[in-house]
Amino acid sequence: MAPKTLYDKHIDSHTIRKLDEHGHVLLYIDRQVANEYTSPQAFSGLREAGRKVRRPSATLGVVDHVNPTAPRRTAEVADAGGARQVSYFGRNCEDFGIELFDILDGRQGIEHVVAPEQGFILPGMVVAAGDSHTTTYGALGAFGFGIGTSEIEHVLATQTLAYKKLKAMRVVVNGPLAPGVTSKDVIMALIGRIGASGASGYAIEFSGSAIDDLSVEARMTICNMAVEAGARGAFMAPDEKVYAYLADKPRAPKGEMWERAVAHWRTLYSDPGARFDREVTLEAGELAPMVTWGTSPDQVVSIEGRVPDPAGEPDPLRRMDMQRALRYMDLAPGTRLDALPITHAFIGSCTNSRIEDLRAAAGVLRGRKVAPGVRAMIVPGSTPVKRQAEEEGLARQFIDAGFEWRQSGCSMCLAMNDDVLAPGDRCASSTNRNFEGRQGAGARTHLMSPAMVVEAAIAGRLADVRTAHAANPEA
Amino acid sequence: MEPFTREQGVAAPLLSANIDTDVIMPKQFLKGIDRAGLDRGVFHDLRFLPEGGPNPEFVLNRAPWRDARFLVVGPNFGCGSSREHAVWGLRQLGIRALIGSSFAGIFFDNCQRNGVLLIELDQERVGEIGEWVSEAGSATLEIDLPAQTITLANGVVVAFDIDGLRKDVLISGLDAIDRTLTMSDRIERFEARHFADQPWLA
Ligand code: SF4
Repeated sequence: MAPKTLYDKHIDSHTIRKLDEHGHVLLYIDRQVANEYTSPQAFSGLREAGRKVRRPSATLGVVDHVNPTAPRRTAEVADAGGARQVSYFGRNCEDFGIELFDILDGRQGIEHVVAPEQGFILPGMVVAAGDSHTTTYGALGAFGFGIGTSEIEHVLATQTLAYKKLKAMRVVVNGPLAPGVTSKDVIMALIGRIGASGASGYAIEFSGSAIDDLSVEARMTICNMAVEAGARGAFMAPDEKVYAYLADKPRAPKGEMWERAVAHWRTLYSDPGARFDREVTLEAGELAPMVTWGTSPDQVVSIEGRVPDPAGEPDPLRRMDMQRALRYMDLAPGTRLDALPITHAFIGSCTNSRIEDLRAAAGVLRGRKVAPGVRAMIVPGSTPVKRQAEEEGLARQFIDAGFEWRQSGCSMCLAMNDDVLAPGDRCASSTNRNFEGRQGAGARTHLMSPAMVVEAAIAGRLADVRTAHAANPEA
Repeated sequence: MEPFTREQGVAAPLLSANIDTDVIMPKQFLKGIDRAGLDRGVFHDLRFLPEGGPNPEFVLNRAPWRDARFLVVGPNFGCGSSREHAVWGLRQLGIRALIGSSFAGIFFDNCQRNGVLLIELDQERVGEIGEWVSEAGSATLEIDLPAQTITLANGVVVAFDIDGLRKDVLISGLDAIDRTLTMSDRIERFEARHFADQPWLA
């Protein structure tokens, strides 16, 4: 048999039938996670057509996008539109028999944090859900991808999608990472290298010793943000770390079933000699902490770098984009990134708000305080993450340093709730998108790792976390 | 879904790269539980001035492009979030087809599911068509999906590729769920085998 990629194995094992001779198949979907903002019209579609949900237990509902994250949690959503979405979502989950983690549930959080945390996603699964960062699940050896509302309706009604197979890209990251450099910097560097559409039409498989060395949560950051390079799915072969991560999760199989499952999961890797349509190699040791300067995730440089000059860009279209980004970001070419003053610092989002992210962020505090004039916020990825951070004493350290310690949700990652920046605000952010207006109309976002956000919050400007690290290598 | 066969109309150029779904449909229009009002939201911050009136500079506010049925767009159009609101909004604005060199994956599928034809050509060709439709006098074109051609105002015919399944679905306007449900027995058989092999998935 011809050697197969990990991607081939997932797609082949979920193909119900071929639909044509051009790569379209009817693909079985194992799991779906639904949220309040992309699902309403899908449920309305089912209602209008009088259709049922084919397999209610395959879908988990989580409220995350519009709920407030104020320190005191209530079920109220101040904004009328958001409130209507939450209440309609509750009614849909109830009427169609779907389990729901609503705002007050102790398991609530950002869907991509919650689903792995519950063991709802397992290696070998194919997961399609109404949010582009469904790629996150790739870190568990599942193949996850985002879909729109019509496709959500299709999955709810049929548990399938008409799917066209992608090309396969392998990204090899040779380790080890330098101190102070994280998986966020790896994925930001990759996006900078291949561009915001560099992986368009591809599924990415990440491998290499740097990936092997990363924790499962750190891997999630990479798979999560791969969509910012256009990848419609990004994953890694599951390994012992993944099994250890899953073993005690509430919905993971137990006992003899667990043994059988692990035996199967051990077959999930790209066969030696499997063919990839494109290969990219990164040397992790050469990477520095990365920050974005522009309004697309590929407009990124190392913290030691400077804002680039559009005059040096030969492609006229790209030059125009750079000029537009500089105007929006209010930056002059040649400015040092580490000289940029900030007004806000935000740690949160499905990219970087898990317990390890919070530990890493707290690790660089060392008793220092947020700079005067900077509003710094931490929004844990889920209610369990929040609880754990409180138990470990991290929350206390953040609060003492001057951070706001908030409830979980998407919050200022997309500013659909009341956590919104004002025009002209400049935010150091652990999120994934620096689009115009993403965190508020006219607001400016610089993406970076959580530790870099803390360093910026303390310095009052973008700053290199490694300088702090060198001063205290234990941190 | 409204079938797409032959459509004639004005095409508007929007040639910047990486026009993301936050730009196509800003977040304040994502608060609904239906599809109402998205025609106001589409390209909102480009179409309207901060005070609320239409921005006379923006191409879709100017004649003849304010009646555009097609857009000629830059690379990686529709990148970012999965929000189908972006496509519903374009549709409500009257847009039936987009011509560009590359589209983001989820956006691509969302268009297909709403009867919006996406035509992929190489960037050079897109640039030429973009230039052509940037002149008011030559902004009209015709797209013939069965024949897979675009006819420009000067009579030049540009052929495009599209895979058969996508083409059939667009031309017929058939409901995708109905089509899949005709394969219900296959889905059932697959499920039985899938869960027998990997019972922890059930
Ligand atoms: S945290 Fe941000 S990127 Fe992640 S699901 Fe929420 S809005 Fe989307």
